[in-house]
Amino acid sequence: MNKINSKIPEGALSEKWTNYKDHQKLVNPANKRRLDIIVVGTGLAGASAAASLGEMGFNVLNFCIQDSPRRAHSIAAQGGINAAKNYPNDGDSVYRLFYDTIKGGDYRAREANVYRLAEVSNSIIDQCVAQGVPFAREYGGLLDNRSFGGAQVSRTFYARGQTGQQLLLGAYSALSRAIHKKQVKLYTRYEMVDLVIIDGRARGIIARNLITGKLERFAAHAVVIGTGGYGNTFFLSTNAMTSNGSAAWQCYKRGAYFANPCMAQIHPTCIPVHGEFQSKLTLMSESLRNDGRIWVPKKIEDAQAIREGKLKPTDIKEEDRDYYLERRYPAFGNLVPRDVASRAAKERCDAGYGVGSTGLAVYLDFAEAINRLGRDVVEARYGNLFQMYEKIVDDNPYETPMMIYPAIHYTMGGIWVDYELMTSIPGLFAIGEANFSDHGANRLGASALMQGLADGYFVLPYTIQNYLADQISVPRFKTDAPEFEKAEKDINDRINRLMNIKGKHSVDHIHKELGHVMWEFVGMGRNAEGLKKAIEKLKEVKKDFWTNLRIPGNKETLNVELEKALRLADFIEIGELMAHDALDREESCGGHFRLEHQTPEGEALRHDDQFSYVSCWEYQGEDKDPVMYKEPLDYEFVVRQQRNYKS
Amino acid sequence: MDKDINIKVKVWRQNGPKDKGHFETYPLQNISQGSSFLEMLDILNEQLINEGKEPVVFDHDCREGICGMCSLYINGHPHGPDQGITTCQLHMRRFDDGDTITVEPWRSAGFPIIKDLMVDRSAFDKIIQAGGYVSVNTGGVPDANAIPIPRDDAEMAMDAAACIGCGACVAACKNGSAMLFVSAKVSQLALLPQGRVERKQRAKAMLGKMDELGFGNCTNTGACEVECPKNISITNIARLNREFLKAKFAD
Repeated sequence: MNKINSKIPEGALSEKWTNYKDHQKLVNPANKRRLDIIVVGTGLAGASAAASLGEMGFNVLNFCIQDSPRRAHSIAAQGGINAAKNYPNDGDSVYRLFYDTIKGGDYRAREANVYRLAEVSNSIIDQCVAQGVPFAREYGGLLDNRSFGGAQVSRTFYARGQTGQQLLLGAYSALSRAIHKKQVKLYTRYEMVDLVIIDGRARGIIARNLITGKLERFAAHAVVIGTGGYGNTFFLSTNAMTSNGSAAWQCYKRGAYFANPCMAQIHPTCIPVHGEFQSKLTLMSESLRNDGRIWVPKKIEDAQAIREGKLKPTDIKEEDRDYYLERRYPAFGNLVPRDVASRAAKERCDAGYGVGSTGLAVYLDFAEAINRLGRDVVEARYGNLFQMYEKIVDDNPYETPMMIYPAIHYTMGGIWVDYELMTSIPGLFAIGEANFSDHGANRLGASALMQGLADGYFVLPYTIQNYLADQISVPRFKTDAPEFEKAEKDINDRINRLMNIKGKHSVDHIHKELGHVMWEFVGMGRNAEGLKKAIEKLKEVKKDFWTNLRIPGNKETLNVELEKALRLADFIEIGELMAHDALDREESCGGHFRLEHQTPEGEALRHDDQFSYVSCWEYQGEDKDPVMYKEPLDYEFVVRQQRNYKS
Repeated sequence: MDKDINIKVKVWRQNGPKDKGHFETYPLQNISQGSSFLEMLDILNEQLINEGKEPVVFDHDCREGICGMCSLYINGHPHGPDQGITTCQLHMRRFDDGDTITVEPWRSAGFPIIKDLMVDRSAFDKIIQAGGYVSVNTGGVPDANAIPIPRDDAEMAMDAAACIGCGACVAACKNGSAMLFVSAKVSQLALLPQGRVERKQRAKAMLGKMDELGFGNCTNTGACEVECPKNISITNIARLNREFLKAKFAD
């Protein structure tokens, strides 16, 4: 008997979710009031889940690391949200959205989960419009759509270049209403620091009040993690500064499986790195690839001259430009999926054709679009993105092409969940980017917003009842149980240990070391030798951290350095697990590219016969190697193919 | 071209809400003009930590101008001397060699100081909780295209909805008024059919909460509009006033 049970319902693909809902257990209204649910995180997934569960009558406690739920990093998503509405009448359907997502994920996601995601996608758009989300509209008053990578239809709904902001504010408004109605209690500037398990079930959390520095205990009948991804393991990423993997990591250390940790997405269109002091990377929305054309010089001497500042991009004649995505992938052109576009950029730069002072950049050019559509239209579509670019780079993208380079953006891996979004710990659920479930080895653009809101509005509020129905007779927990005592003591000891290192390096100093190792060896192109080296180097980083760290100030007060140190301790260990997982997966798939495994044309080469599985890692204790279980991915409905974006 | 500059940063240090607070001046050498303002503060903090001192506390998160977390009053302007951007989008190329840059927190009765440059803006959440939403539960809503919305209305709603809730409007206002913030949300929802049903109680409830939380009133100086990083227009305040008066007359 395999340890992994994904609990996928029986039946045809299109009937599984309906069948599940028809037969799952429900909780009646009187009992809902007696059940407490902790939701950690207030992004698209967390806020939508907290609001929905509160409206249904559960007693919800919602935790937010920032000063307001409206700041969660979902807010920064720019381009759009996918749905299978087929409003443009271009042949879209639930099946096609499902298929594109499975294919885009390089056949490493679960069919049943992805089909459900596509199924509920339309309800999300309805919900957001009802909340007053001002999506872009046509002159006739109906909703407008645009295209995103990996699709040949226009199914992306958007609100200028601020779709994430508008969807998050929609969820935030629903959450605010639930708070007003006392259905949800909100805790801002609190950070979860441990999960509490009683008799094998998730029963609460320890959270640190970031203002007072005090550790506080919270009990509940179920705990939901919606804390996003761990992209900041790389130090430089498009994630916000407080985005972290610690809540997920605490769950892992308490026994939840961590799935596909190596699967991280590198986004092709980010503003290139410019200096040692840089604190984060800024994404330029994928929607720019609707009208922008990506190129590098055809002649290596032109690229050289540009790097030395002797030539400008506008000096390069049309016939001397290599629109390499259009050349290599005629069917999808500039709109190939993110992993493909990122690797193609790296390939050109590694071959010596990169531009910018560092040679680690390619052009994203709007000259043709401005000629074709006029500057006004381009400004209406992308004005805020152009402004953002100009402020950072001090260069006008209406006149000179933008420079872009890939950067870490999203983590497809995360806490393992079954079809009900429950982790391997009963009563512990994970939603949004924090779980691993829907994007396989690569996420398509405009699908993160879809998944976060699908989980929070339309999936978890159903599936969590199937668990809670058995909990109605369980009385509210007291937080003086020995399990809470122990968890609080553990984290207190850890904090004391950190405070007492009294070394000489700041947290950021060591985080940058970690980032260099990760980007160099566990980044866009990985091989066995490099990964083994990474594992050795990460041990050194860990040692450096635990011997040379310096945290000024005291623990029982506002202490930003201590907060960062707690997160970095986990990032280092997440980095180790990523490297182990990447080493184990002797194939290339989606965002995981093993240099040893590529086709003669340099495309990702999967080995379906050996690696059609989700790797589920189980923690065994400090300094012990984790154990990996495999959840087989048996495709019943889709035939796996080599991904083809050429024809 | 960007070059390296030597500057002094005069920063407000305040150990807690009850502490009196004072300015401290720190010299910084060789700051690249290509770095962002917050990266300059990162460098300052790295320097302070290396000297065994406590770093300067300030709010920041996305560092791409959308989360609304960063909130610095720089040389007398919320979000600094540049127009239409947040603090995190401000770059050091706006400053010259030898400059002394004054950095203060938002100062307003509605935003008590927590520490150094970090303030408590939870009052904004409370105003939204008072009515800044459409009362719909999850599920059971009509098809997204069931109600056509004129494109111009949707665009105007979007202009208002672009507010990031940073509080620069309050910090800029001599009365410490939150009218621009409140009017942006009221306008967004009043412009859309989905929000019209509750427009009266929304305007009253949000304004009532704003008053209750100690924000001042609007005297039309327009400072908020000038300093708003998202260029939210004060025509929204006019709309809010209309909404409020209509609601009052209907009582």
